[in-house]
Amino acid sequence: MKITSTAVAGTLESSDVYVKVEPCDALEISIESVVYNQFAEEIEASVKNVLNEMGVESGKISINDKGAIDCVIQARVETAIKRAGGNK
Amino acid sequence: MSKLVESIKKAVELVELKDGMTISFHHHMRNGDFVLNMVMEAIAELGIKDLTVNASSVFDVHEPIIGHIKNGVVTGIECNYMGAKVGKAICEGIMEKPVVFRTHGGRPSDMEKGTSVIDVAFIAAPTADDMGNCTGKVGKSACGSMGYAFADAMNAKKVVVITDNLVQYPLNDFSISEVYVDYVVAVDQIGDPKGIVSGTTKITRDPVGLKMASYAAKVIDASGLLKDGFSFQTGAGGATLATAKYVQDMMLERGIKGSYGMGGITKYMVEMLNNGCFQALLDVQCFDLDAVESIRSNPRHMEVSATHYAGVSGKSAGVDNLDVVLLGATQVDVDFNVNVHTDSNGYIMGGSGGHSDTAAGSKLAIIIAPLSRARLPLVVDRCLCTTTPGSTIDVVVTQRGIAVNTKYGKNKELKEKLIAAKLPVCEIEDLKAMAEELCGVPKAVKLTDKVVANILYRDGTLLDTIKAVK
Repeated sequence: MKITSTAVAGTLESSDVYVKVEPCDALEISIESVVYNQFAEEIEASVKNVLNEMGVESGKISINDKGAIDCVIQARVETAIKRAGGNK
Repeated sequence: MSKLVESIKKAVELVELKDGMTISFHHHMRNGDFVLNMVMEAIAELGIKDLTVNASSVFDVHEPIIGHIKNGVVTGIECNYMGAKVGKAICEGIMEKPVVFRTHGGRPSDMEKGTSVIDVAFIAAPTADDMGNCTGKVGKSACGSMGYAFADAMNAKKVVVITDNLVQYPLNDFSISEVYVDYVVAVDQIGDPKGIVSGTTKITRDPVGLKMASYAAKVIDASGLLKDGFSFQTGAGGATLATAKYVQDMMLERGIKGSYGMGGITKYMVEMLNNGCFQALLDVQCFDLDAVESIRSNPRHMEVSATHYAGVSGKSAGVDNLDVVLLGATQVDVDFNVNVHTDSNGYIMGGSGGHSDTAAGSKLAIIIAPLSRARLPLVVDRCLCTTTPGSTIDVVVTQRGIAVNTKYGKNKELKEKLIAAKLPVCEIEDLKAMAEELCGVPKAVKLTDKVVANILYRDGTLLDTIKAVK
């Protein structure tokens, strides 16, 4: 899937994550998290898993995490990508 | 004769404050306090340095103290609670001398025992006369009880009362007597009423919070302590207030006449008093306007000093007869030790307050907290620091399970009772495992070897230290 427009998913509530995806020639992932010290690797792995599964090779992915668990991160990333997936 | 002087600066000069001395403040103005900042500014202008500030609590509103630390006016802080803003700066190592944390009971007791010496106490007083009789019950900045200020007034070498409601001598129904007071200063405003008391403290509507509250109420019920003569303390957190509501419902339904409610008082405790659940309230601090109104008008709502509330230097204290206390936690470890001093990244954002005093005194100390918060499990192998020793904690209630502390040869019977009441009893290790299954296992926080705070237990002994964050 290709990211053709800017889209967001999620909220900035505690235990949720706010995901923003934008078109970009390269793949850029930025992660900000209240539990970065404790769970940086897990968060990055969750994001990359979804990108791989959905065949996303490029795009700017911005994660602002407020302590979401992995399944929530994956769902939010998937939703943001689908919203940005050029269905218009 | 009048003790009135024209400015804080003049009072500071008259009490002969000098480099290296210790000054004290009480925190009934909470996050609305102007007095600590005003006094520190006057002191800084006079060029006095190397002071230790002993404030019963340091709030975010006291952020300017960071500047006074950096320029050498303040070189020591002693308190029972420290908000996140100053706490973060401390954990980044801005002050050479470690902060001294005490408990609400330990602070006045250390003053009375002479191990904590106060040179000058500055007392924010919502109403005072020009001889220093003062009270928190009336005035535009009314805060209700002034419980934490009694020890400062009685033990400091010099006492300055700062008020924004100067009344004619003699003030009726004073809390602190003129016999302790050296000087009185009248200012425009001692605090912002919005920060002093919250308009309303609200019961949680969060389903997780309500679930925990319902379990906690059932634990209290099953313990057998809920009977005539019942005494109770709860904080102002949403879930603990919800528990108080459930407890009140049970008491009214069964016609149980309790003896006293204690602690920081909210409108829910006032409601319980007025509904006949308690014979009296012992109030060391009012949290909302309903509590302020009640302490002003109801003789059964009594102001008590911090020593009377939780001290160890008196011959007894309110906590000694407490049946049940509900307490929070940022971390609990597998030995039931509790941390309410730091967040999970190791930064100071709290302190004992009366946590360890009430846990030690009560028959049943209940920790009520969610299994995890923002992906961080409540239960850990070892707390980043210990606020309250596990030996004084009895039960940990989460929305997913209830752990009874039988590690210290106690509570075996209580555990049986909770199981018989069909409550979801599990081991503390199970709570840790459940949270880790959901959240993953958090990486350990990196701390340095530099001690930024010493935590003193209520008897004045060193309980633990807090290290600077890497």
